[in-house]
Amino acid sequence: MNLDFSDDQKLLKDQLRRFLADRCPPATVRAVLEGPAPFDRPLYQGLAELGVLGAAVPEAYGGLGLGRLELCILAEELGRALAPVPVSSSIYLAAEFLLAAGSEAQKSAWLPKLVSAEAVGTFALAERAGRVTPKAIQCRVEGGRLRGVKVPVADGEAADLAVVAARTEPGDGAGGVSLFLVDLGSSGVKREAVDNIDPSRKQAKITFDGVAAEPLGAAGEGWEIVRKVIDRAAVLMAFEQVGGADRALEMGRDYALDRMAFGRQIGSFQGIKHMLADMYVSATLARSNAYYGAWALAAEAAELPVAAATARVSATQAFQHCAKNNIQVHGGMGFTWAFDCHLYYRRSNALALALGSLSEWEDRLVEQLRRQNAAPAAA
Amino acid sequence: MNFDDTPEEAAFRAKVRAWIDANAPKHLETELRRAAFASSGVVSEDPVVASKAWQKKKAAAGYACLNWPKEYGGGGFSPIERVIWSQEEGPYASLSSLFGIGHGMCGPTVMTWASEEQKRRLLPPLVSGEEVWCQLFSEPASGSDLAGLRTRAEKAADGSGDWIINGQKIWTSGAHRSDWGLLITRTDPDLPKHKGLTMFFLSMKSPGIEIRPIKQANGDANFNEVYFTDVRIPDAQRLGAVNQGWEVSLTTLMNERLSIGSGMPTGFPELFNFCLEAEIDGRPAIEDSRVRSRLATYAVRASGLKYTGMRAITALSKGQIPGPENSIGKLVAGSTMQETAMFALELQGEAGMLTGAAAEFAGRFQAMLLRSPATRIEGGSDEILRNIIAERVLGLPGDIRVDKSVPFRDIPTRGRAD
Repeated sequence: MNLDFSDDQKLLKDQLRRFLADRCPPATVRAVLEGPAPFDRPLYQGLAELGVLGAAVPEAYGGLGLGRLELCILAEELGRALAPVPVSSSIYLAAEFLLAAGSEAQKSAWLPKLVSAEAVGTFALAERAGRVTPKAIQCRVEGGRLRGVKVPVADGEAADLAVVAARTEPGDGAGGVSLFLVDLGSSGVKREAVDNIDPSRKQAKITFDGVAAEPLGAAGEGWEIVRKVIDRAAVLMAFEQVGGADRALEMGRDYALDRMAFGRQIGSFQGIKHMLADMYVSATLARSNAYYGAWALAAEAAELPVAAATARVSATQAFQHCAKNNIQVHGGMGFTWAFDCHLYYRRSNALALALGSLSEWEDRLVEQLRRQNAAPAAA
Repeated sequence: MNFDDTPEEAAFRAKVRAWIDANAPKHLETELRRAAFASSGVVSEDPVVASKAWQKKKAAAGYACLNWPKEYGGGGFSPIERVIWSQEEGPYASLSSLFGIGHGMCGPTVMTWASEEQKRRLLPPLVSGEEVWCQLFSEPASGSDLAGLRTRAEKAADGSGDWIINGQKIWTSGAHRSDWGLLITRTDPDLPKHKGLTMFFLSMKSPGIEIRPIKQANGDANFNEVYFTDVRIPDAQRLGAVNQGWEVSLTTLMNERLSIGSGMPTGFPELFNFCLEAEIDGRPAIEDSRVRSRLATYAVRASGLKYTGMRAITALSKGQIPGPENSIGKLVAGSTMQETAMFALELQGEAGMLTGAAAEFAGRFQAMLLRSPATRIEGGSDEILRNIIAERVLGLPGDIRVDKSVPFRDIPTRGRAD
């Protein structure tokens, strides 16, 4: 048994941490948070040059063909640095949709551009507030033309390509949902920036008015593919959350060591120590659950749905817990714009909703455990 | 990143599985699996006899205290082989709980501090279960604050070099069934509290020892008070130097953390099964969204502990020593068990008040509810474990201490005047 990354993977992690310390200090995150740029293009280009965007993409499509464990490592470091780049939209989602359901022509056309950062992809699912269920998908494709509104779409303003879930059969059922590839440069696409709680990662509203849409995967199988790809992306997103949780914990710990009050380090008060210990517990449980997810993702294990939901629920809880209590440890200074605590607080709450909220994942976890329990015992 | 055995590990697993299959007390399997919480579950015969029989058989084959050296009765196996054994032993492992304190804490302390002759005398019967040990540390006025203990050891007036012990210990698990005890005492009250302690081992049959069971809040009596009245201990049974007892005690406490990978119960699997069977408004409880939310929270804690254990085993297999980060096991499991028990009762409605045979699941959750407060206190309370994580993992400063550098006898003992 070996529930750990390999030495080579740990070297990659060190390399990425140094790269991000150099190229993505908090000032880089703030520049996107406070400015008009949709993401930090030089940073994104730099990641592409390292090859890591294509870690899980076969060499035939311009990737490194390594595997998804390397993506897990990338995700953790991006989360730790709050990197303002569209890796989740373009790599965990768009590229994974292409790998899961794309035709040879679609993969050849887009994957090399996505991994080289020449193009950015995204996934457009939600249309209104509330849980995204098949019933909530009301964008339609008729005669190869897409009509409807998607909001919020992560990186929607900057993206060149969108994977769009749309209804091809009337009614409410999952069987009427199909996936489409849409070139966002096409006529009939209208994009508007929408404000969000974490402006270091941008969101958009996209209106499709009779836009050319190319089927991705078989008609009527869209929902099934979405579930499959979201399970994979959830593990990667959990690693971003684990990275963020760890950094928020470190920030709180460091401040508790530096800050004096009542003549002593505030980290010597049990009220603060126990809060930090509880943050460590959440972050540790989340990391261990994320490793379980990483194993299931890399091994393409049958229990991926359970492992992904476990990793996701645990990581969401941990990042939110660590980010909010990091502010608490900092006291008033933690609520200033100048301190970085709010960057983590914002990101933790945005990531908690991306790919579905905590309660949706809790629901899914229990349902999948129930299925696993009913099935003959797995190895 | 895999859950596979190496070829050597697989061969060892196959060997111990075959041995367990051929040698385990299979007539007890059903009752062991049905065990109510916090008991071995053996009812058809004397549980102490059953435990000792299985332990003796294991020791003869080298499968007791697997990672101890062979010359002291152990198996001479690696830490990973010990983990594999514990995974394979399954329901029979609960038979060994009688020896847990001895194997987990007293034995390693004896191994570090006793003379070679004493180790050869004391350790083999401890391994084989012929002699049971208890740990005489906590006192009525010193639980979390162990170094505040007041049981005195004084040199005998007769010039024999023996020590005379007077005082009281409490929360001693299994004292009434023990042959030997590991005892920490105060030898110099004029020194600061940590500096004046000395460790001994002694026969629990020594004259002057009186053992009184404590009736616990849940009605059981697994713990004891142990009174010492002029109990005599030869100086040869001192472990470490006079006034070095605190350092010796740290060996004992450190070894608690080495018992990783065993997995503390959280109550989650039982609660999950209960929610599959229980109903709310004619529908399975597990379909209720409030139930799902609670179950998911407990599921990720149980799973997080399981995989944290596996990460620790991975580190162990690479030669790393387990550290204070393993304190999270009991911290998370203890409170989770209390919460899962309360939630199971809530789902039972007014019938949740019932216990024993009349209760759902034979009263398992009610037993868990009533026992779980102890789990959050024994062997390091939740608060002490948080201090350990904060200070030794995160590197935060220790508490400011008002009692550390003053003579022990000057430390106040009353909170407020009558």
